[in-house]
Amino acid sequence: MTKVKSLDDLKKMREQLQSQVSLRVNSETPEKMVQVKVSMATCGIASGAKEIMNLFVNELDRRAIDAVITQTGCMGYCFAEPTIEVTIPGKEPVVFGYVNAQKANEIIEQYVVAGNLVDGIIPANYETVKDQKNK
Amino acid sequence: MRDLSLHIIDIVQNSVRADASLVNLTIEISGEVLIIRIGDNGCGMTAETLQKVTDPFYTTRTTRKVGLGLPFFKQSAEQSGGELIIESEVGVGTVVTATLGLHHLDRPPMGDLSETVSLVMSGNPQVDIVFTCKDDKNEFTLVTTEVKEILGDLDISMPKVTRFLREMIEENLIELKLKIE
Repeated sequence: MTKVKSLDDLKKMREQLQSQVSLRVNSETPEKMVQVKVSMATCGIASGAKEIMNLFVNELDRRAIDAVITQTGCMGYCFAEPTIEVTIPGKEPVVFGYVNAQKANEIIEQYVVAGNLVDGIIPANYETVKDQKNK
Repeated sequence: MRDLSLHIIDIVQNSVRADASLVNLTIEISGEVLIIRIGDNGCGMTAETLQKVTDPFYTTRTTRKVGLGLPFFKQSAEQSGGELIIESEVGVGTVVTATLGLHHLDRPPMGDLSETVSLVMSGNPQVDIVFTCKDDKNEFTLVTTEVKEILGDLDISMPKVTRFLREMIEENLIELKLKIE
């Protein structure tokens, strides 16, 4: 019979994971890791944000890139969903829109790994409706 | 929404936005009924807001004029011969309960529940999530406080942890015959 995973297996994995992370970044603080936030309000979910988040989980794990991947609410760019915000250590966050599987792979390959900007960035000076109202 | 697991992500995100620190997600098969219950200890809603939340043209957001999450979930429940009940109290929290006909022809598929729950758990590290899946014979529960305790200073949002949680949930649901199509 195949053994079913339990929290005991997580304990074992933790030791292995901790040594790997310590070796590579010498710190466990998220600021030292690539941070990916996936917008997951109704607009994002209906546009395929779950698949994009899953792709980042699988691909960053496969490439052994130290990262944290989290969800966030609507960033106000419903027209450009799925949207993601990527922060590379030491750099300003960048928001990408219309992220499909192909674009997600391009972002990982070109931006996260090589540090080159790719098409599809929502400019930081772009105003959401909320920003305009707060003026 | 293509499947029920997408509704779950959406409603949990409502709880997160309501500043909940605890979310209880329960999937239960009771006879011919599938029950999806998402409860939180967030800010809750007034009776007036509660009356309007399933109106697609009502939202508390200022960035757009529609709020489709709960109306879509209500539609999925009702087209499956069930209903959506929302209970809420300001300062206490909100409980959203959807009942759906388990074998109803028009019930949307469950989707990948293991993937969904693992993404919700790792994607919202600031919230403690209690996931329970049960029928009249078996029950599987996973609590993120236990996961975080084991991980210590490692982040639950790390991809390897997310993948582990997905595999653990999947294997346990299969083992306990709780996998819902």
